[in-house]
Amino acid sequence: MTDPKKTVSVQPDKADALRARNGRNIALAVGLAAFVVLVFVVTLVRLGANVGHRF
Amino acid sequence: MAKPAVLSSDVPATDPVRAARWQDYFQLMKPRVMSLVVFTGLTGLVAARTPIHPLLGAVAVLCIAVGAGASGALNMWYDADIDAKMRRTRGRPVPAGLVEGSEAATLGVVLSLLSVMMLGMAINWLAAGLLAFTIVFYAVVYTMWLKRWTAQNIVIGGLAGALPPAIGWAAATGSAPLNAWLMVLIIFLWTPPHFWALSLYISTDYAKAGVPMLPVVKGAKATRQQILIYSLVFIPVCLAPAFTGLGGPLYLAVSGLGGLVFLILAWRVFRSDAGDAADPRAADRALYEVAAPAAEPAVEGKRPPPVGGAKDARNLFAFSILYLFALFAALLAEAMIGVKALELIS
Repeated sequence: MTDPKKTVSVQPDKADALRARNGRNIALAVGLAAFVVLVFVVTLVRLGANVGHRF
Repeated sequence: MAKPAVLSSDVPATDPVRAARWQDYFQLMKPRVMSLVVFTGLTGLVAARTPIHPLLGAVAVLCIAVGAGASGALNMWYDADIDAKMRRTRGRPVPAGLVEGSEAATLGVVLSLLSVMMLGMAINWLAAGLLAFTIVFYAVVYTMWLKRWTAQNIVIGGLAGALPPAIGWAAATGSAPLNAWLMVLIIFLWTPPHFWALSLYISTDYAKAGVPMLPVVKGAKATRQQILIYSLVFIPVCLAPAFTGLGGPLYLAVSGLGGLVFLILAWRVFRSDAGDAADPRAADRALYEVAAPAAEPAVEGKRPPPVGGAKDARNLFAFSILYLFALFAALLAEAMIGVKALELIS
């Protein structure tokens, strides 16, 4: 059986771990949202240029 | 090639490891290297002097940066065992125990695919192909093969760090002409004297990690000789853009004057004893800090051996960064302002 004291000594502080996880989640969300916006805007620009070439 | 396992004994004994923050994942992408890649890639894109939609230009630079970051993450995953043994790198997220190696590898693979696909679909497939080649060359050819195998590791591996201007140029024009490859050649030839100057004063770290850097394998004297030889080849190549319709008068002045200083510093390193005796204090200093032996207090009543040569190596290392930055800044400024490029050979 694991010695509870030993386990506690190597675990990061719970509040700090939660803050870190929230930070990681927010960074991931911002990154994904930025990627979606980027693809959308690039599509508009590329599409616009190609439509312009037809006329 | 089998990847050496990271042993728990390789990880420095520290306090209980804190939870990984998003900044630790960002550090996996080697932001300092990314900034150099962004700068040289942007210079290639602008120096092509071909109009490109500003948003597409920004996307191209972003993809180059993310691709470079991805190869950095793959390098951090594979080299964690080496990084743990060197003072300069032991604080990186994987050897410090903050991020799992598998997470670094996953981040590297995902960002590699995203950056190459995005560059291909948004810009063109020549630029995307060059970016893919750069990532594979850095992560596989350099990191997994050359780095642990040959003293020429950074000479050949330097190609990966040299390619961003060609990617930028290809993004703007859809082609990669001679002038784009001239910019690549400048960075390619800059890499050996730059890294060997650094390795002259931290060679003990490389030896401890088993990395066959030139000073470790061939000795300091041979390294100083190679630095001088490469510098003699490098400087004329730096002048070449002023003759091929790439650089203008500002570039010619910067490359000429800076090249002269570079050669003087390389000559000083050649004449010095840099790398002959390990500097016991070097590892505790910042990389750019120059030692001042006479002013140092004695440690435990014994003054460390003179390290004048290390100072010469540090000077060359620091100036090489400034010189490369100045060269590309001159090209960038001339292209942005619209200064007519010189074409001394027509």
